[in-house]
Amino acid sequence: MPRQHYVAAIDQGTTSSRCIVFDQGGNIISVAQREHRQIFPRPGWVEHDAAEIWEAVRAVLDDAVGGLDIAALGITNQRETTVVWDRLTGEPVSPAIVWQDTRTDGLIRSLAGSEELFRERAGLPLTTYFSGPKLRWLLEETPGLRGRAERGEVLFGTVDSWLIWKLTGRHVTDVTNASRTLMMNIHTLAWDDDLLAVLDVPRAMLPEIRPSVEVYGHHRGIPVASALGDQQAALFGQTCFAPGETKSTYGSGSFLLMNTGHEPVTSKHGLLTTVGYQIGDAPATYALEGAIAVTGSLVQWLRDNLGLISSAAEIETLAKTVDDNGGCYFVPAFSGLFAPHWRSDARGVIAGLTAFVTKGHIARAVLEATAFQTREVVDAMDADAGLALTSLRVDGGMTADNLLMQTLADVLAVPVIRPVVAETTALGAAYAAGLATGYWPDLDSLRANWHRAAEWRPVAGGPSRERDYHYWKKAVARTLDWVEQ
Amino acid sequence: MGETIQSVERAAAILRLLASGSRQLGVAELARAMGLPKGTLHGILRTLVHVGFVEQDGVTGKYRLGATLLHLGSSYLDVNELRARSLNWADGLAGRSRESVWIGTFHEGQVLVIHHVFRPDDSMQVLQVGAHLPAHATALGKVLLAFDPYGEAPLPLAACTKKTILAREALHQELDLARARGWAADMEEFEEGEVSVAAPIKDGRGVAVGAIGIRGAVERLAADGRLDMDVVSYVRDAARAISRDLAR
Repeated sequence: MPRQHYVAAIDQGTTSSRCIVFDQGGNIISVAQREHRQIFPRPGWVEHDAAEIWEAVRAVLDDAVGGLDIAALGITNQRETTVVWDRLTGEPVSPAIVWQDTRTDGLIRSLAGSEELFRERAGLPLTTYFSGPKLRWLLEETPGLRGRAERGEVLFGTVDSWLIWKLTGRHVTDVTNASRTLMMNIHTLAWDDDLLAVLDVPRAMLPEIRPSVEVYGHHRGIPVASALGDQQAALFGQTCFAPGETKSTYGSGSFLLMNTGHEPVTSKHGLLTTVGYQIGDAPATYALEGAIAVTGSLVQWLRDNLGLISSAAEIETLAKTVDDNGGCYFVPAFSGLFAPHWRSDARGVIAGLTAFVTKGHIARAVLEATAFQTREVVDAMDADAGLALTSLRVDGGMTADNLLMQTLADVLAVPVIRPVVAETTALGAAYAAGLATGYWPDLDSLRANWHRAAEWRPVAGGPSRERDYHYWKKAVARTLDWVEQ
Repeated sequence: MGETIQSVERAAAILRLLASGSRQLGVAELARAMGLPKGTLHGILRTLVHVGFVEQDGVTGKYRLGATLLHLGSSYLDVNELRARSLNWADGLAGRSRESVWIGTFHEGQVLVIHHVFRPDDSMQVLQVGAHLPAHATALGKVLLAFDPYGEAPLPLAACTKKTILAREALHQELDLARARGWAADMEEFEEGEVSVAAPIKDGRGVAVGAIGIRGAVERLAADGRLDMDVVSYVRDAARAISRDLAR
């Protein structure tokens, strides 16, 4: 039998679907991408058309794979986005509610009495991001849906589940995606009857929870062999397989995940407990997650709303016109603060303004905001996990910004390392699928593929580092209590 | 002040008039505003349309400023933008060639390193972004001297190794070769035991805005004294891919 040569990964993201084909060395062989519509029916509502997403995925899969021998297919996806479809026709019965959607705000408040239960069982704070409340909203607001759900006529899934259903006909979800629903018990990795009762979701519509690395079925003869939420896939692609290893992905927002080994660590500092990955029947590996709402999007804001720069990359040029922030601090709490604060009443401030401050100082404050926010999350992780971060693995578009990466190393006082393959999310899904099918023999062979492309070492002195961070915290304090209920 | 050329002055006056309002102007309006016969303006307008500074509306036949002119003032490509747009391609080149990747632009007679990808073997390497390299002794520099309109090597040419090109005539021949082939190499001319290869990155107008290349040990890249042509093709592929991206 001729040997199959490549592994393909579907990266189903918030704005587009991509398929990337990798070789055994982890090098990119081909890429295809297609966008889908963002539907905003009302303020705070964000929807996708799951049928459109499936069409896009099918198209990019054909485009990227065309003519190549594919040994395995992996999936990584936007997390928490909620899809309900008809078991018989396979068609969505409602719009998919996207993770950013805040329509469940009122519902969340009404469930506040169960906040501790969710924190303890699901490892998550009770917020609008997660799938369970979105599903509950659909069951309540869509006429006839609850009855059909109880009879098992309609099925729920996150995007991984929807795609696996379409690709293989099986109704399963991977454990990392299930850990983002507020319905799975983080300790037993099974749907939790008490949580389902609070959310009033019928068990009949839920998918079977499976490991992240496993052959779920076949699509046109190709094993569909992994599913991981996007941030967990990046953790896997960065080969953070040992406890304490941490990655940070810098996009519009930023997500830090720290591998915490086989025990779930309950955060006392506002982080999420989540499943990092589960390989076959082996025990699951857990992670602590810190999400920062606004990092790269602050640079875009400077470009689009203030017009201080004409492209995102020019922020570095502008910031380099000065040597420091001139005493200016920018806390971009545009929609409140995420980890570790979780304050929805916070709004953004630019603090420390004097007549001396120029647009160069503001540009520097913008870049430093990403570094300081990262430090807050890293400090929280170190405290929760009882570890001290020794280096940070970074990926995402903002890693092109050298000044930001150097500032990050200075603020964190650890080396910041970027790997050669920037597409860590798709790579992680490919690694997982290749591991499930024996394309790669073990985790060590994946580690051997990871190479540093760049490393930024801390250079700035300790005293100024602590003084700057002190002022940052003061600026953060000034964002709080702004919105009045 | 020396003698000025009347038709250039008239062309400038036409551009000023077209820039002064939001609406398009016909030949008759331009002629009236300038106090000149229409026939005089036709030749100048035809020339301005030819170089893209002025466009003629297909329906009304009136004139407006052309897109080329609008881009003149903003054609400078920020080096951080160039790095951001090159990132994935530079990584891919490092992966294929298994060597370190460098992107440079011309800066005050030298090569300014604006991006550096480590050789993917996890050996100890230090990020060299911001460093300056001699233009005449490196592949990046030769490419920039050959293709960058502002490229000029400071004289006299300094010796880095025994193999550095020191004679102006020899350097000119080397640059002619680079222009003819579309790439350049340095064979232990900057560091003994090291070879580099580079090709130009061009923007949408075909102007060289930088160079991308690799650098590595002579034993790997030119084992028997001859350059590994596979590696040359990887470098040129990456340069073309970034150029295509910039042209979008």
